[in-house]
Amino acid sequence: MDQFLQQLVNGLSLGSIYALVALGYTMVYGIIKLINFAHGDVYMIGAYTAYWVTTYFGLSFLPALLVCMVVCGLLGVLIERIAYKPLRKAPRITALITAIGVSYVIEYTTQFFMGTSVRTYPPLLPNQSWTFGPITITYLQFVIFSVTLVLCVLLTLIIQKTKIGRAMRAVSADENAAKLMGISVDNTISFTFFLGSALAGAAGILVGIYYNSATPLMGMVPGLKAFVAAVFGGIGSIPGAMVGGLFIGICETLVTAYGNSMYRDAIVYGILILVLIIRPAGLFGKAEKEKV
Amino acid sequence: MNFDVTKKSAAVFLSAAMLAGCSSAPADSSSDAADSNAGSETNTEQASGNKVSDTVKIGLNFELTGELSDYGIKELNGAKIAIKHFNEREDKPFTVEGVEIDDKGDTQESITAITRLVEQDGVVGVVGPATSGASIATYDFASQKATPVISPSATQVNAMMKADGTPYEYAWRVCFEDSVQGAGMAVYDYETLGAKKVVIFNANSDYGRGLADAFKTKFTELGGEIVDTVEFGAGDKDFSSYVTRIKSLDYDCIYIAGYYNESAQIVNQLKADGVSVPITGADGFDSADFRNQIGKDNANDIFYTTAYTSADPSDELKKFIDDYQAEYGEEPGMFAALSYDATNLLLSSLEATGEDGAALNKEIENANFSGITGSFTFDKDTHTPNKSILIVELVDGEQANTTEQKVD
Repeated sequence: MDQFLQQLVNGLSLGSIYALVALGYTMVYGIIKLINFAHGDVYMIGAYTAYWVTTYFGLSFLPALLVCMVVCGLLGVLIERIAYKPLRKAPRITALITAIGVSYVIEYTTQFFMGTSVRTYPPLLPNQSWTFGPITITYLQFVIFSVTLVLCVLLTLIIQKTKIGRAMRAVSADENAAKLMGISVDNTISFTFFLGSALAGAAGILVGIYYNSATPLMGMVPGLKAFVAAVFGGIGSIPGAMVGGLFIGICETLVTAYGNSMYRDAIVYGILILVLIIRPAGLFGKAEKEKV
Repeated sequence: MNFDVTKKSAAVFLSAAMLAGCSSAPADSSSDAADSNAGSETNTEQASGNKVSDTVKIGLNFELTGELSDYGIKELNGAKIAIKHFNEREDKPFTVEGVEIDDKGDTQESITAITRLVEQDGVVGVVGPATSGASIATYDFASQKATPVISPSATQVNAMMKADGTPYEYAWRVCFEDSVQGAGMAVYDYETLGAKKVVIFNANSDYGRGLADAFKTKFTELGGEIVDTVEFGAGDKDFSSYVTRIKSLDYDCIYIAGYYNESAQIVNQLKADGVSVPITGADGFDSADFRNQIGKDNANDIFYTTAYTSADPSDELKKFIDDYQAEYGEEPGMFAALSYDATNLLLSSLEATGEDGAALNKEIENANFSGITGSFTFDKDTHTPNKSILIVELVDGEQANTTEQKVD
């Protein structure tokens, strides 16, 4: 039992990261029905930005986090403007292929300039941990939980309570009707990319520090897992992405803890398939008819 | 039809060279070919090849992109230093040109790469790739085309062997085998570190499993006990669940069989959890990236097997280290050194025979090579050098206390 609780904490910290990245997938999909496969690489850029500002400018954790979020947010807007906007009226598959292309461009451009060597970080957070009965939580795990929690609350507030949030929901519901109501669809989509990518940037710095490493291809696997988390929770649904991320993180941890680690992905994806058979739109997704 | 002039003249030149090669071949270097037990299937002639021209191309097939590119790029650099040293010599018999190609650490890409090197670029031999899987993929093709491949670090057990138990005729390596590494570490753990109960972490790859099996066999044979074996996948980053899992166990040593990224994460997460027993591993630890990721504080009480150390360098090694540092701005590691040796083995054999193909291969087989990772001759049944392994300890992130470990 003691071990179980500790494994749950391990799973939560892993799942928080997946959730942060999954939010970006789900937001972009919600608004323009695009699976942005370059999202995992924005997260990688976040980790590299953190490396730069902490190593060369000596920033401490919080300022570095903000810089990463802004840099990644702007990168997301840039990607949208250059690669996706011209294709908004093209068939969906075209934009999807472009997204895969953008992903490779980011990965190998980074590799060209930064090399393949692993980058490591100066110590940013105290090497401390607290013990509550059977559970030990490290300072870093605590930071990951709290940053994720704060960002999720902020995001929900933005979407539910602000004007731009209402615009986002409107564009997501019906792009043309939103345009007729005087909403700037371009700006709203850009803003969505900004928010989603900023969250990926936050995940990037957290993971970079947590594992003390940044590599050009680090975004591939978490990007895929986060995408799965978003689908699992119901793509387009914000609470779904959070729950999906946490679920996959905890699931992976428990399978490796009590089962054979080699079956980890098989079991996690098996559960995913089951859930999708029972609820094709994902846990929190709304089943809606495709408009023809 | 538009047959351009350079191609045509090249073709004429080539066929002329082939004729010349055939007529002069039996005269030299091939006299001892008769006792060769390999080589009767694909090449029924005596060990002969074509005379090499003034400029010789050799293939450099490495993992230049992808997850394992740290190994591949270091090996490319090491090979380039060897070529540079050769071309700088005043008495060089020919000029060497290295043709670089990226196999991305993928077996399929690796076959494509060697096909291009041999068919299109006309290389006489290939150095690389760094990893076993990508290397093995090229051996069959290389043997068909009578083009020797020397892998600097394909340490996998039986990497050089075909299914029928004979070695690929044109495939060589300059490193020891994983089974020797695994067994060597087991002996060291048991006898020198006094460990009796070990937890093994191994990657779910041939490399990780080969090492773990060899370690397990030797360690239990000596009287030790394996308390738990944890298998992880390539690219895994979060090991906290494993660390929690072994927390309640009683063990006095850890053996990690994996590449640098995963190994570094395991070490960090174990140390963060307060594990203080010695952590031991294989040549996957031998990377600056490994030491950077674990940082100075964690880099104590860590031991690993390797083929190379920069402690007490010979003159040749010193020159290599200096030139490498001048060229690439960092210390060469084991992989660069092995690749330097592999390239030099190819070049010195080429120089000795002056021919490619079977003659070159024969020369490699009988080489009595002395390089910066040790001197060796080949075991002709396995195409693997007879080399002893080194065990290096990390003290505050620096390599220290190198010991030579014999395995019987």
